[in-house]
Amino acid sequence: MSDVQTQIPVTVLTGYLGAGKTTLLNRILSENHGKRYAVIVNEFGEIGIDNDLIVESDEEIYEMNNGCVCCTVRGDLIRVVEGLMRRPGRFDAIVVETTGLADPVPVAQTFFMDDDVRSKTRLDAVVALVDAKHLPLRLKDSREAEDQIAFADVVVLNKTDLVTSEELAKVEATIRAINPAAKIHRTTRAGVDLSEVLDRGAFDLSRALENDPHFLEAHDDDDHHDHDHDHDGHDHHHHDHDGHHHHAHASDIHDVTVQSVSLRGGEMDPKKFFPWIEKITQMEGPNILRLKGIIALKGDDERYVIQGVHMIIEGDHQRAWKDGEKHESRLVFIGRELDAERLKKSFDACQAA
Amino acid sequence: MPTVAPLDLEGHCIAAVLLGDVPHFAMADGAVHRLDHGHKTVQANDGVLAAFHDAANDRLITGGEDGKVFAVKAGGEVTELASAAKKWITSVAAGPQGAVAYASGKTAFVRFADGKTREFVHPRSVEGLAFSPKGIRFGVARYNGATLHFPAAEGKPVELEWAGAHTGITFSPDGAFLVTTMQENALHGWKLADGKHMRMTGYPGKVKSLSWSVKGKWLASSGAPAAIVWPFSGKDGPMGKAPLELGTRGNAMVTAVACHPSQDVVAVGYDDGMVMAVRFADAKEVLLRRPGKGAITSMMWDKEERRVAFGSAAGDCGVIDITA
Repeated sequence: MSDVQTQIPVTVLTGYLGAGKTTLLNRILSENHGKRYAVIVNEFGEIGIDNDLIVESDEEIYEMNNGCVCCTVRGDLIRVVEGLMRRPGRFDAIVVETTGLADPVPVAQTFFMDDDVRSKTRLDAVVALVDAKHLPLRLKDSREAEDQIAFADVVVLNKTDLVTSEELAKVEATIRAINPAAKIHRTTRAGVDLSEVLDRGAFDLSRALENDPHFLEAHDDDDHHDHDHDHDGHDHHHHDHDGHHHHAHASDIHDVTVQSVSLRGGEMDPKKFFPWIEKITQMEGPNILRLKGIIALKGDDERYVIQGVHMIIEGDHQRAWKDGEKHESRLVFIGRELDAERLKKSFDACQAA
Repeated sequence: MPTVAPLDLEGHCIAAVLLGDVPHFAMADGAVHRLDHGHKTVQANDGVLAAFHDAANDRLITGGEDGKVFAVKAGGEVTELASAAKKWITSVAAGPQGAVAYASGKTAFVRFADGKTREFVHPRSVEGLAFSPKGIRFGVARYNGATLHFPAAEGKPVELEWAGAHTGITFSPDGAFLVTTMQENALHGWKLADGKHMRMTGYPGKVKSLSWSVKGKWLASSGAPAAIVWPFSGKDGPMGKAPLELGTRGNAMVTAVACHPSQDVVAVGYDDGMVMAVRFADAKEVLLRRPGKGAITSMMWDKEERRVAFGSAAGDCGVIDITA
């Protein structure tokens, strides 16, 4: 990601109808935070704020003509972002609101696959709003609700006042089971601190994993018996949710089809690791919704960070390893039909001798 | 030696055109500047997104963020032609007998000279618009192909299919071919007589600028480190033939092309603001303008074939006099 200064950050808001997207949008547009936002919505709908920079856009999913079914972009966003960026002085950032049933992937991929969009903007974070009361029902209805959570960097668990603390713990455990890497904020009336949803740098390789240094430790996938680290001292969430490591709650949710695979190892041999990750993303790309990782490369005194969406993967050196910091590689895949054993075995085989 | 009369403006130039013999520059903020015995300005849209030079009526059609369509004439006369609620007007085109087409979302509108308007609703977004040279049909670029309508008559549209997102559209001057720009780095063409496909690929970047040479013998395009110029003089267009690559530079991309009105020469604009004129026959290059502040976005030759108006993404516009 070169030329970060001139790239306008883009926040993507997903979530079902009634989850609180409009409430959050109205707050973003009306609160006094000193920033100006251009907002791309599917329908003007209930946004009660008069603002020239609210642009209505018909969701247009375009498959790229390259034979890859997961290579989709939002054609309307390409056009609207291009138009907005011809008059860049008017706003500091862009928020894209998606429809309730929207697949977040084409939205995100637009910011990686289209050269024009990519040169002028950068995807900042994908924020999913979730209605605490109705999530279990939504997960039964549709795959989109699950995809939105699986794909999110930040989950705003809204309307928590409408459920009991047991229900809330269970809903949160479900979200954790779908996406162990996301930050979860419990709210009522979408009352999350805006700094927790805007300007997150979740796709910025130099910042992404720094936001949440414990991102992989927050959760162990039940299937992988990777229990060689302890769970103490996780104070990285702002709420006192004490239920989220209790996977017994998540395991009785039959409607969850997304899984995550967390891998952990020592120093990697770059000659083995890079061909491996390339091959995995080429072959398993359609099944991988997100991947994130911090990689310790043998003979390299800098941390290497990678992230990916389906078949798109990017990586870069992030910073020098600190004195006394353990040179450890961590990688999480979120997706469907992932062969955890095979991933683990082949990942382990990339370790430096 | 060519000389450049610069006009340094603020913002992104959408279109640089000559109306009458007066250079006009339509900027993204909706201001239309002209060099008419001094620098003068009129306001069209609140935010111009698309512009089309209506040669037959010597005017510039603009569409914009305010959902309106304007016609700008030499001398600064601005007329509102249409208003389509509060949705963006993302594409405009002009046809014969004063007809104007504009697009908003999934709907293409054709407004006839008498002010009557017809709507053509599509299942997907209307990306690009063009009238055929005789104006009997107009074409819509869309996802997975193009649709040809007969705006003045009833009748079923003709659907031309080709997988992928088609973003821009143009008819050859003789009406025999239809060519679209695509979201991927390619052009696609159809021979209208038999629907034969023409694939024009190999571009390293998206093609955003197309220009037909005199009598439509060649189609020049941007999207590469050279102007890619396809031969269209044969009955099957460029199929089986290699394009010319003119004005090749190692470190810059072509962002705009404009063919000379009467000779096989193309003005080539680059992403660093340089402009060259290149002759098809021997690929001979003449530097017209040194690199500037931003990518060239639009160019047009005047009728006397003496001047080229140009605009850039950074606002450094101007007029090149090649005879000076």
